[in-house]
Amino acid sequence: MFKFKKSSFVMTTVLAVGLLLSACSGNAANNNGGNAATNAGTETTAPAPEDKGSDKKIVLGFSQIGAESGWRDAETQSIKDTFGSDAQFELKFSDAQQKQENQIKAIRTFISQKVDAIALAPVVESGWETVLEEAKAANIPVFLLDRTVKVSDESLYTSFIGSDFVLEGQNAAKTMMELLGADKQVNIVELQGTVGASAANDRQKGFKEIVDGNPNYKIIKSQSGDFTRAKGKEVMEAFLKSDGKNIQAVYAHNDDMALGAIQAIEEYGLKPGTDIFVVSVDGIKPAFEAIRDGKLNVTVECNPLLGPQLKQAILDFKEGKTLEKWIKSDEDVYFGQKAIDALPNRLY
Amino acid sequence: MSSIRKQAASIMHTKIIWPITALAAILLFNLFFVPGFFNIEIKNGHLFGSLIDILNRAAPIMVIAIGMTLVIAKEGIDISVGSVLAIAGAVAISLLGVVPLWMAVVAALIVGVLCGLWNGLLIAYLGIQPMVGTLILMTVGRGIAQLITEGKVLTTDDKAFGFIGKGFFLGLPFSIFIAAFVFLFVLYLKKRTALGLFLEATGTNKISSEYAGVEPRKIYLFVYIVCGLCAAIAGLLVSSNISSADANNAGLWIELDAILAVVIGGTSMRGGRFFLAGTVIGALFIQSLTTTIYSMGVPPERIMVVKAIVVIVVSLMQSDRFRRVFQQKNKQAVAG
Repeated sequence: MFKFKKSSFVMTTVLAVGLLLSACSGNAANNNGGNAATNAGTETTAPAPEDKGSDKKIVLGFSQIGAESGWRDAETQSIKDTFGSDAQFELKFSDAQQKQENQIKAIRTFISQKVDAIALAPVVESGWETVLEEAKAANIPVFLLDRTVKVSDESLYTSFIGSDFVLEGQNAAKTMMELLGADKQVNIVELQGTVGASAANDRQKGFKEIVDGNPNYKIIKSQSGDFTRAKGKEVMEAFLKSDGKNIQAVYAHNDDMALGAIQAIEEYGLKPGTDIFVVSVDGIKPAFEAIRDGKLNVTVECNPLLGPQLKQAILDFKEGKTLEKWIKSDEDVYFGQKAIDALPNRLY
Repeated sequence: MSSIRKQAASIMHTKIIWPITALAAILLFNLFFVPGFFNIEIKNGHLFGSLIDILNRAAPIMVIAIGMTLVIAKEGIDISVGSVLAIAGAVAISLLGVVPLWMAVVAALIVGVLCGLWNGLLIAYLGIQPMVGTLILMTVGRGIAQLITEGKVLTTDDKAFGFIGKGFFLGLPFSIFIAAFVFLFVLYLKKRTALGLFLEATGTNKISSEYAGVEPRKIYLFVYIVCGLCAAIAGLLVSSNISSADANNAGLWIELDAILAVVIGGTSMRGGRFFLAGTVIGALFIQSLTTTIYSMGVPPERIMVVKAIVVIVVSLMQSDRFRRVFQQKNKQAVAG
C-alpha cells in the first residue's frame, strides 16, 4: 500500500510538470504558421473582417527564429507594429522556436496561401535552397532579415536587410579615436564574442582595420567572453591583473560583455569610462544607462527595428523598382549627451 | 632509509597527491611565465591579486563539485546542475525588491532542493538512468529560468546581495567562506555521522548494504537533494557576482567542470569511496588553468585544445596502470 502511494505521488509530480511544460510550449507556439497549416488547402486569400474595400491588402508572411533575446523580441515587435498599424498590409507571423524545419514549414504554408511577400530571419545559413526555389517558382519575393543565407543562386532571395558588422567594428574604432585623440598612445584589450560567430569575426575585422591604420593604437590582448556578462567580467579581471595600468581602452563585441568588464574595472579600483575607455556594440538599454552614469563611453547601435525598412522595400518592389541586394539597416553611434537624450526612447 | 622510502611510497599511493601535484605544477608554470601572478597587495582593505581571483572564481565550481562528488560516489551523475544554478539565480534576483533579501535567498535554496528532489525521485524511485534522469532537468531547467526572467537579463543593485559573490570578509572573498562551510559540513557528515558510513557503503556495494539494513533509495534521494542545494548555492554566488541573472548563459557547461574536478580529485566514476579534499583541489586546479590561459593571452580558438591536453595529462597521471608502465621502464633502465 505504502509503495503504491509513493509511486502515485511520483506519477502526480510527473504529470504536474508535464502539464506545466505543455502550458509553456503552448504559450510560445502561438503562431499563425501552425494554425494556417491546417486550413492551407482551402484558404486562398486570408479573409480579414475589415477588408471590405475593393483593393486587396498586401499580405506579408514573416518567419521569425524565436524569442531568445531582448534584441530579437524588439525585432519582432518592430515588424508587428509597422505592419499591424498599416491598413494596407496584413501580417502572418510564425515563430519557429529555433528550428529550421519549422521555418521551412512556415514558408511552404505562406506559399500555399499565396502571400505577396515573405520575410525570413533564417536560424542557420544553409539548407534553404529547395524552399526558396519553391517561393521563386510561385513568384513571391523573399526578404532576409538580420542574417543571410548561403545559396548558390543569389536570385533566390530579393534582398537582405541587416547590419554590416564590419562597419560596426570600424565605427567603434573611429569613434574611439575621435574621442581619445588619434595621437594618444592607447593600448586596447578586446573582448570577443563567441568564437566563430559571424558577428564576432566581422566586428573584430572592422575594428582591426581601423586600428592597424594608426601606429599609436594597439590591441594588446584579445580573448573571447562568449557575449556574456559573466565571462566578460572574468576575462577582464584576468587582463587587469596581467596588464593593469597598461590598459587604456576596452573594446567589447557586445554590450553585455562591456557591462561585465565595467564591474571588473570598478572592482580593480579604477573608474570605467574615465580611467579606461569602454566601447561596445549593440545599443541595448542598459548600455545607454551605463553611458548616462559615465561608466560606458560609446555604444555602436546594431539595430533590430527593421520593420520600417522592410515595409519600404516591399512597397518599392511592388512599384517595380530595383532593390539593392543588401539593404543596410539604419544604425547610429551613441555617446555622451546624444545617448542620454535617446535613453527614454530606447525600446529594447 | 627504507622507512622514508616506505613513507614516500605510501604518500604516492594516496589519491590526493596527484591533484596537488597538478595544481602545484600549474602554479609553478605561472611563477615563471606570468609575471606578477603571485603578487598580492592590499587594496580597499582586502587582499587583491590573481590568486584571490582564482579563489573567488573557483568557489561556485567547488560548491557544485562537492555535491557532484556525493552523486558520483553513488555511481550517479547530475548534469542538470548548470540549469539548476540558472533557476536559483533567476529566482533570487527576480524576488529581490519584492521580498526581503533573506527570503529571496531561502527561496532560491528551496528551489534547489526541489530540483534535487525531482532528480532523486526519478533516479532512486523510478529507476531511471542518472544521465537520462538529470538530462530532463538540464534541458527543461533553462526554459524554466527563461520563464522566470521573461527572457531578459535581470539585474539588481542590491548591495547586500552583491556581498555574497563579490564581498570581502577578513580580507578574503566571502564566497570562499561559503565554499569552505559547504566543504566542512559535508566532510562532517562523512566522517562523524552514520550517514557518512551509509554513503560510502551504498556506493561501494548497493546490494550488500541493503542486506545490512541501509536503505539505498533514501541515500540516493539524499545525495541528489544535496547536489541540487549545492547548485542553488552556486547560483547565488554566480548571480551575485555579476549582480544579474542570465537564464541562457549562467552556469553553462559548469557540470562538465564540476565532473572534471571530481575525477581529477580521485573519486572514481564507478562509485564507492569519495575524496572531498581532492575535489576541492580539482576545482582550484581547473580555475587556475582558466585564469592562466586568460593571463597568457592564448588565442580563444585554441583554449579548448590547451585545456584538453592538460586534462589528458592529469588523467593519465592518475591512472595506476599508466604509472606502472613508467615505473617498469625506469626499473628496466636501472637494471640495464
